[in-house]
Amino acid sequence: MFESPTRRPLITGKTSYSQITEDIIKPIEAKPTKWWYLGFTVSLAALGLWLLSVTYLLFTGVGVWGLNKTVDWGWDITNFVWWVGIGHAGTLISAVLLLFRQKWRTAVNRSAEAMTIFAVICAGSYPLLHAGRPWLIYWVFPLPNTYGSLWSNFNSPLLWDVFAISTYLTVSLVFWYVGLIPDLATIRDRAVGLRKKIYGLMSFGWNGSAKGWQRFESVSLILAGLSTPLVLSVHTIVSFDFATSVIPGWHTTIFPPYFVAGAVFSGFAMVQTLLIIMRKSMRLEQYITLNHIDVMNKIILVTGSIVGSAYITEFFIAWYSAVPYEQYAFVNRAFGPYWWAYWTMMTCNVITPQLFWSRKLRRSLTASFIISIFVNIGMWFERFVIIVTSLHRDYLPSSWLMYSPTWVEIGMYIGSLGLFFTLFFLFAKFLPVIAVAEVKSIYKTSSEEEIAKTASKEGINLQEAHAHTNGAH
Amino acid sequence: MTKKYILGLFRDEEPLLHAVHELRKEGNTIHEVYTPFPVHGLDDALGYKRSRLPRAAFLFGCLGGTLGLSMQAWMLGVDWPMNIGGKPALAWVDFVPVTFELTVLITALGMVATYLVVSEFIPGNEPKMPDPRITSDVFCIAIPADGASASVSARMRQLGAEVQEKEVEL
Repeated sequence: MFESPTRRPLITGKTSYSQITEDIIKPIEAKPTKWWYLGFTVSLAALGLWLLSVTYLLFTGVGVWGLNKTVDWGWDITNFVWWVGIGHAGTLISAVLLLFRQKWRTAVNRSAEAMTIFAVICAGSYPLLHAGRPWLIYWVFPLPNTYGSLWSNFNSPLLWDVFAISTYLTVSLVFWYVGLIPDLATIRDRAVGLRKKIYGLMSFGWNGSAKGWQRFESVSLILAGLSTPLVLSVHTIVSFDFATSVIPGWHTTIFPPYFVAGAVFSGFAMVQTLLIIMRKSMRLEQYITLNHIDVMNKIILVTGSIVGSAYITEFFIAWYSAVPYEQYAFVNRAFGPYWWAYWTMMTCNVITPQLFWSRKLRRSLTASFIISIFVNIGMWFERFVIIVTSLHRDYLPSSWLMYSPTWVEIGMYIGSLGLFFTLFFLFAKFLPVIAVAEVKSIYKTSSEEEIAKTASKEGINLQEAHAHTNGAH
Repeated sequence: MTKKYILGLFRDEEPLLHAVHELRKEGNTIHEVYTPFPVHGLDDALGYKRSRLPRAAFLFGCLGGTLGLSMQAWMLGVDWPMNIGGKPALAWVDFVPVTFELTVLITALGMVATYLVVSEFIPGNEPKMPDPRITSDVFCIAIPADGASASVSARMRQLGAEVQEKEVEL
């Protein structure tokens, strides 16, 4: 199929099918680099902190957190919502962009999906531990019991969340693994000895037959079709945890779309942070190009603008509603005792992504990296602001309290980053970080070499064509 | 059980696709084609019917939706109805999110289970493939040696293939 030569290549430099296999599978077969060991060690140390905090929590009780009668959700739920949100980018890239036939997704979908799974695992740990007795967590499921049977309360958004998060984790995991099977077979067919046995076990006897690919594509497409509404439902239901309550600042109909946009915004920022590190440390610059970074920055800009508009809309509606409680909640957010959290959120989420209007910044690795970190910080503060500022001023001023985290909560947050990165480093070492087969399938239409070949056949001067589009940008 | 096959190995998708068209037009029986990535239009060229997996997915979806909704209605409406401020026990709107999630969950798990079963994907299965390079950069047409016309090897070479004859289990 002929593609317009004005479309920028997604694979740069000289390459071939076997070279793609080589480039992506090599890091799995070779000894890890110094950087991998360094990153893995730091992550393991943070994971150790997580284990320490969680063990202390389990032996002592949730009273070790800084929560009180008034502020009964704090860092735990902030982290829960933050992690779930981060997970959303992976599903968006693998499912929504598959449905829209966006070819650039092939280079980034595998690692983004892995990120989804690890982020949801981190997220799930918070409500699990917040339950106080995690060994009784099966009580949330409608299982027959000796109390009647007394069933779960399906009117509660918190229970909807249980179903949403567990379905999300399961479906994401299945989607990811189905996509991994052909690439695991690629590793199997290059390997010898124990590695061949292990990857042989994991690749289920994949043989690359035409019938196999037909079924593979059919399953992938349906899983994408299922994941698309699923990902929207998950953060919608998370927002219901707040929106269906009667707390000023939470009880708003804007929450579902605003939460979903925020989730995609923070998720893409995290993908960006990880990819910039990964392409450098694993020498994947040919496959994760500046064009990839550029399009993802555009998504950050769009979703960031949606989030910014939502903040302003909330403020407007608080004023327009003429409800004094609602108005107080919002003025208190901006100018009350937690003003610093609110303005951190506003700066990181509303102002920084607007820098991406500049093409130069979108295509600068340093700028993308720094802004992606700012967005991650901003989105963490968004959840903190929503949760803590709405709770700390109760209806009775005698109940007004402040909240600050204890070392256990801080340890569990830093520790969850450790858990996430430990899993990610293991993934980068043992599994193909780029979907090998999918990148090969776009090679003909999207690699620099092939586009140039086609163009010269058609008598088009590529330099001129590119210069033309660059000028138009 | 191994059988003798004539294997045509190609290095790229276009000559492969062209060869599949030509060989089928000339009346050869192609056992199967093996490729490193999904080649667009290959299943049509081979005359494969569309996969019935979407239908399986639809049936699992119906099952999941029905189970999810009836479970909640039975539990809260029939088995243990509760008086919550005099509101109806069968609060259908509240059942929508869990019904949706269970529909998605059972569709996904059911369809993937069907996929694994029909493809005979079992952990540790030996791959039935003619050449280990297929998962990297080789495209392969396999034609059963018995019943193949004498000229098929020559024809495949003419179409740009490297031809091998091999006893393999496919």
